[in-house]
Amino acid sequence: MLESKAGVMLLAGLAFFTLAFVSNAVVPLLMYQDQREQTAEQLVNGNLRYQFEDLARRYPDSFEKAYGKPPEEVVEREKWFNQKTADTLRLGRKLYVGEACWHCHSQFVRPVSNEEQRWRPVSRSIEYQNELQRPVMFGTRRVGPDLSREGGRRSNDWQAVHLFKPTSLSEGSPMPEYPWFFDGSPDKPNARGLAILTYIQWLGSWLESYPYYEQYTPAPLPVEDPSSESQ
Amino acid sequence: MTNDSLTRDALPNRELIEERLVVWYFLAAIGYLFVSMLGGFLMAFQLIRHNPFNGIELLSPGRWRMIHTNAIAYGFLANAFLGNLHWIVPRLTLRSVMSRKLSYFIFAAWQIVVLATAGGLLLGEAQGLEWGETPVWIDPLAQVGLLLVAVNFMTPILKTKGPMYVTLWYFLAAFIWTFLTYAMGNFVPEYFVAGTSAGAVGGLFIHDLVGLFVTPLGWGSMYFFVPILLRKPIWSHGMSMVGFWGLAFFYPLQGIHHFLYTPIPMFLQYGAIVSTIAVEMVVLTVIVNFFGTLKGSSRALATNLPIRWFFTGMIFYAITCAQCALQTTLTFQALIHFTDWVVGHAHLVMFGVFGQWLLGVMTYLFPRLLKSDWASPKLCEWHYWLSAVGLFVMALDLTLAGLFQGWSWAALQPWDASIEVSQPFWIVRIWAGISMFSGQIVFCVNLWKTWQQSPLNKAVMSSAVVPA
Repeated sequence: MLESKAGVMLLAGLAFFTLAFVSNAVVPLLMYQDQREQTAEQLVNGNLRYQFEDLARRYPDSFEKAYGKPPEEVVEREKWFNQKTADTLRLGRKLYVGEACWHCHSQFVRPVSNEEQRWRPVSRSIEYQNELQRPVMFGTRRVGPDLSREGGRRSNDWQAVHLFKPTSLSEGSPMPEYPWFFDGSPDKPNARGLAILTYIQWLGSWLESYPYYEQYTPAPLPVEDPSSESQ
Repeated sequence: MTNDSLTRDALPNRELIEERLVVWYFLAAIGYLFVSMLGGFLMAFQLIRHNPFNGIELLSPGRWRMIHTNAIAYGFLANAFLGNLHWIVPRLTLRSVMSRKLSYFIFAAWQIVVLATAGGLLLGEAQGLEWGETPVWIDPLAQVGLLLVAVNFMTPILKTKGPMYVTLWYFLAAFIWTFLTYAMGNFVPEYFVAGTSAGAVGGLFIHDLVGLFVTPLGWGSMYFFVPILLRKPIWSHGMSMVGFWGLAFFYPLQGIHHFLYTPIPMFLQYGAIVSTIAVEMVVLTVIVNFFGTLKGSSRALATNLPIRWFFTGMIFYAITCAQCALQTTLTFQALIHFTDWVVGHAHLVMFGVFGQWLLGVMTYLFPRLLKSDWASPKLCEWHYWLSAVGLFVMALDLTLAGLFQGWSWAALQPWDASIEVSQPFWIVRIWAGISMFSGQIVFCVNLWKTWQQSPLNKAVMSSAVVPA
C-alpha cells in the first residue's frame, strides 16, 4: 500500500475523511447519547391534543373525511386521538419537508441578534431529539420568521387562511399560496391541510411557557363536545 | 479569440477519448443549467410577489427551489465534470477508461438519477437535507453510479507509473470522497441520527459536497487546462502539493461552521472556525500559484477567452474564500446567518467559480469536439460578459441585502420590515439573473450555429451523433 503514491493517497484521504467524520459527527453523537430519541407518539402532549381536537371541532366534515369517526368509549377515544395526532404529525413533517417550508423558515432560536426577545427561549438540544428531527430542521434561510415557537401563537383558522392565501392576513408577504392543502376554500382543509396545521401547532408545544407573547384566546366554538372544556 | 487558443492538437491518443460522450455530457449539463435557472426565476419572482404561477402545485416555488440547487449540483456540475474527466483522464494517463460500455451506461444511469430526483422533488417526496433531498429510492442508484464512476476512471489512473501530476491527485481524491460523502449525507442523518447530531452530520455533508466533490474536480481541471492554454508549466509544483494536502486535511473538518450558535457543543464550533481560517491560508497558496503562472502572459486574459473565464473564476474564488474566513467567525454569523448574504455567497461559489470554469472549459473544448471554430467569437464574448457581470451584480446585491436583513432583525423591527427592505435587492437580483440567463441563451445559439457548420454534422447527419 505504502509503496505507491496512489496507495499513500488513498490511506491519507480515507484517514482525513474519517478524522473529520469522527470529530464533526461521532463526537456530538456520543455527547447526546443520553438524550433518547422520542417517537411521534411520545411527542403528543396536552397542548397539541388541544389543537388537534380543535381541528376536529372547527372542521368536522374535513376531519371525518380524513380520519373517520372517533370511538364513543372514553378510553378508546383517548387512544384513538393520540394515535391520530401522532400519525398526523408524521405526515405534517413530510409535507413541511416536501414543500421546502424549511428553506424559508428556520426552527432554531439563536442566543444572539435579539432572537430571544423576538421568539423567546433559545433552542436546546433536547428539543431536537425526536424522530421528526431526522434530519434536523434547523433551516437554512429565514425569508419568513422562525417557526420553532409558532405553535399556539395563532389559532388554527388563522393558520388555515394564511396557508390558503398568505397575503390576506399578512400584507406584502412573499410566501407562496398552498391551495392544494384545501378543498377549494380555507375552511375545508384536506388530509394534508390538517396535517400541516397539526405540525405547525406542534412546534413549541412542548415548552412550559406555551404559548408565548401573544395572549392566545381560543376562538369561540359551538360547544357540543364534553372534551372541549379544558383550557 | 486568437487562433492560438483554437490550434488543433493532433494528439496520438485521440482514439483513447470518447469525444461523443464528452459532447453528450456537456449538452446534458447545459440542459440542466437551464432547468435550474428557470427554478431560480420562479423563486425570485415569488419573492417580489409577482409569481404568475402562484397556487399551482407542480410549479410550487418551494419545490422548484430544491430543483434549482439539485439541478446545479447533480445535473450541471456533475455532468460537466464527467465530460471533463472523459477528456482529461485519458490524456494524462495515455490510457482509455476501464470500459467504454460502462461509460455509456454511467451516462444513462446518471441522467436517470437526476431526472428521477427532479421528479421526486416535484411530487413532494424530498428528504430534509440541503443537496440531500434526493428521494430515498434513488439514493442507492446514485451510490452505485458514483462507485462505477470511481472504478471507470481510477483504473487508468492507478496503472500509471512514475510521478503523478497534481490533477490526478485531485481526481483520485474526489472519486473516493464523493462516494463517501454521498453515503454519509443521504443515509446517516435520515435514518441513524436525529436532532443536533444530525445537524452536525448534515453540515458536514453539504460542506464536503462542495469541498470534496466539486472543489477537487474543479482545481484538478484548472491545473490541467491553464498550463496547456498558456503553454508553460505551472509556477510551482511544490506549492500545488501544499494546496492539495491542505485542502485534504483542513476542508473536511469544517462542517459544523454551517450551524454556529446551534446547540452543537461550542468547542466543536470553535474547531470548525479555526480550521476554516486555516484553509483560507492554503487557498491563498493555490491562487498565488496560478497567478504566478499567469505572470508574463497576462495578455492572454484579453486574447484567450477560456483563460479569461478561468481567471475570472479564480478571482471570484479568492473573494469567496475571503468572505468565508470572515463569515465563519461568530461575530459575522450573528449578523448574517439565515440572510441573503449566504445565498449570495453560494451563487458566487457555484456559478462564479465552478460555473465559470466549466463554461470556460466548454468554450475551449467545443471547437475541438465539433472540429469547427466557434461560429461567432463575438457571441462567445457576449456569453462571457453577460454571465460574469450578471453573477457579480447578483452576488454583490445579495450580500448587501443580507446585511440589511440582519440589521433589521437584530433591531427587532417587525418581520415585514425585513421583507420590505429586501424588495429593491430582490428586484436587482432578477435583472442580474436575466443577464446570466441571456448569456446562456447566447451560448446555445452560438453552439447551434457552430454545430451547423461542423464537419461532424455534415458527415453523420443520418446517424445523429449529437441530439441537439
